[in-house]
Amino acid sequence: MLDVKIYNSPVKPTWCPGCGDYGILNAVKAALAQLEILPHEVAIFTGIGCGSKLPDYMTVTAFTTIHGRPIPVATGAKLANPKMHILVVAGDGDTYGIGANHFIQALRRNPDITLIVENNMVYGLTKGQYAPTSQKGMVTSTTPEGAIEVALNPLAMAITGGATFVARGFSGDPKHLAWLIAEAIKHKGFSLVDVLQPCVVYNKVQTYDFYRERVYKLEEEGWDPADRKAAWEKAHEWGDRIPIGIFYRVEGEPTYEDQVPALREGALTTQPVGLDPQAFEALLNEFA
Amino acid sequence: MAESTVNNMTIRLAGEAGQGVDTGGAGFAKALANAGLWVFTTSEFMSRIRGGLNFYQIRVADHPLYSHVEPVNLLLAFTEEAVSEYAGTVVPGGGVIYDQGLKVREEMVARNGVQAFPMPLVKIAQEVGGNRIMMNTAALGAAAGVVELPFEFIAEIIQRNFRRKGDAVAEANLKVAEAGYRYAREHYAAGFPWKLQPRKTSRPRLMMTGNQAIGLGALAAGCRFISAYPMTPASSIMEWIAAHGARYKVVVKQTEDEIAAITMAIGAAFMGARAMTATSGGGFSLMVEALGLAGMAEIPVVVVESQRPGPSTGMPTKTEQGDLLFVLHASQGEFPRIVLAPGTIEQCFWTMVRAFNLAEKYQCPVIVLTDNYMAFQARTVLRQDFDYTKVEIDRGALLTKEELEQMEGPYLRYKITESGISPRALPGHPKAVFQACSDEHDEYGHFEDEDAENRVKMQSKRMRKLRTALAEIRPPEVYGPEDPEVTFLTWGTTYGPVREAVDILNSQGVRARMLHFVDIWPFPVDAVLPLLERSGRLVAVENNGTGQFAHLLRAMTGREVDDRILRFDGRPLSPDYILRKFEEARIHA
Repeated sequence: MLDVKIYNSPVKPTWCPGCGDYGILNAVKAALAQLEILPHEVAIFTGIGCGSKLPDYMTVTAFTTIHGRPIPVATGAKLANPKMHILVVAGDGDTYGIGANHFIQALRRNPDITLIVENNMVYGLTKGQYAPTSQKGMVTSTTPEGAIEVALNPLAMAITGGATFVARGFSGDPKHLAWLIAEAIKHKGFSLVDVLQPCVVYNKVQTYDFYRERVYKLEEEGWDPADRKAAWEKAHEWGDRIPIGIFYRVEGEPTYEDQVPALREGALTTQPVGLDPQAFEALLNEFA
Repeated sequence: MAESTVNNMTIRLAGEAGQGVDTGGAGFAKALANAGLWVFTTSEFMSRIRGGLNFYQIRVADHPLYSHVEPVNLLLAFTEEAVSEYAGTVVPGGGVIYDQGLKVREEMVARNGVQAFPMPLVKIAQEVGGNRIMMNTAALGAAAGVVELPFEFIAEIIQRNFRRKGDAVAEANLKVAEAGYRYAREHYAAGFPWKLQPRKTSRPRLMMTGNQAIGLGALAAGCRFISAYPMTPASSIMEWIAAHGARYKVVVKQTEDEIAAITMAIGAAFMGARAMTATSGGGFSLMVEALGLAGMAEIPVVVVESQRPGPSTGMPTKTEQGDLLFVLHASQGEFPRIVLAPGTIEQCFWTMVRAFNLAEKYQCPVIVLTDNYMAFQARTVLRQDFDYTKVEIDRGALLTKEELEQMEGPYLRYKITESGISPRALPGHPKAVFQACSDEHDEYGHFEDEDAENRVKMQSKRMRKLRTALAEIRPPEVYGPEDPEVTFLTWGTTYGPVREAVDILNSQGVRARMLHFVDIWPFPVDAVLPLLERSGRLVAVENNGTGQFAHLLRAMTGREVDDRILRFDGRPLSPDYILRKFEEARIHA
């Protein structure tokens, strides 16, 4: 167990007081400390949004990318250097809206990447428009009569799409969330941790109290995360009771990078750049 | 019979997709190359999997070729449509080979002195080979017969190409080709004035396409990662590298879209792999936002933009140089980028080597601009022009492990320097903990998207890289006499057609010169200005409709071109076209 202070940053968060992102930041640090992953052994990729500033408030290798694209940037990074631990931290707009296609593709590729989604069901940084995970009927600045669409169900989608680890946490319970994130990082393959995160300014429905009254922990009810079909059904439970914990986990599935022939001899980044002259001549012979 | 012309002609194969126009043409071209001749091929195909009308055109000569020409001496037409559509491109005295079973009126072919060469190609294929599909083999044999190329060169290529399909198939094709050869030689060779004779070669030659040269250059440069989404005419770059990925340890990732293509390459480059993507204008449009990310976060990434006529889907299988100003300005804000436009197969190779070096030295996106014409053209080239001992890998200011270990204080990824270049460290080292950032940031990489002073410092630092890079930007190639009366200003893939037009004009007593640009941005103003002072009449020659390079020249030098020779009908510029337009302009002037 490392001291979480090694991840501290001189930069003070610009998040609103009470923002759910604080709990996620603490949970990420705690999980890394628990797994004894040093700041240079992990790279965190984020998109754009309040929560995507997260690595700015840490000392860690990071790349804050553009809206919707942290998953492909992280995938490229993982394929270049599979030895690095790779985390993607992004919002629900990043992941389930503008970047949804990348999310779906990552599920079926199964790279060893942990995706943590700050799901506050609203667009915070742009000041309160509805999100792909906003509940039907939610009134926002762009849906004054209420959102018409049905909310996207990220967990069911992930299970259907081929994810090998699917979990949901709650930013109001950072200790439980840290455990989930640590389990997700330990998992070899693509892992999703969707985090219920209140936006204290723009979401007056899914508040801390809303969640505290409803969330319950799957592991406390003897949930078996090995059953994919049951997990998919569980992913639809949303109402008076909202489950958090590990919905689905399957170990032993090969990761994408494990199956790439070019990576059999290790990371691309540690190999010399350029070709062996004989190898080059062999290439030229193809044109002779 | 007229006096014969040896080793100077153009052969066109035309037919439907699926009839072996492309593979047959490529095989025939290879046979000619093996016979010691210089070859330049182009092709034109329709955007469909089967049917339509495609052609593959082979120009062959005793000397190196840089361009195709439009007139055809021998047409191999596999369909009626191929005859009716292309018989008009055949010069007087030239011939059209077609199966006698096609509904072709001989007198339609034989207008303007063109000779009709109907032959029992299908019958030969069926009776000798046992399968009518070998009709194209019979036609290729017939073509060799008409031009009296020794049959051994055709035999060799058939054995090579059909070996993997088994000895029986190779043997059957060989017999069919021979029968076609004999028939054509007996019936038509005497009346056909163009002949091909093998030549001894002293220096080894290769034959490759533009996209193959790009792939080869990438591998030579140590590219270890390509992520791309298939799009004509760029797809074969990824395909060629994919075929070599396992052996040469290149990760090849076909992505869900071009946004993922460039962002994955950016992720791999951030980690330290030399990374690229390849696309056409439509895909590049999707990449635009991420291009700016590479600019802001200072990620070295190479983007091949293989142009085709737009806007939108445009003409997917045709050619144009319509994206120059687009790639120069793509993405919001101001950031350094380098734009290179190779003009020959050799330049495709060396430009890729340079592109990866420049990307890492200046930590910015490098765009390599080609097009359909370059992608699909194949040429015989000298093997010595691909000398690996001349390939230099320069990763720029990249901190070694030792340098990182000895570093005092924190590593500053975006350290402000005079050159604008901040030494790069690759993630994974205990000292190399930093944040690459798409927001404006401080030297570490922390968000600093409010502070005015920091903004000016960081933006100026980034832009200084462009000034630093200018020192190794190459001037245009000057081809032609010292005191030109006309200078053709051109860039990228038009090199060959313009060069040949210049040769022809000089042979006619017109002092014509070419200025050809590979390095386009940063624009080499100081090298260009003196060249413009003694240009004579300055004519922009571009494969687009507005003269985009002329626009750039005026912006950068104040000099307006005197005239423009442009083409935007989806077809490549050719020496013939340039001379035709030049003549028209002289008449009007």
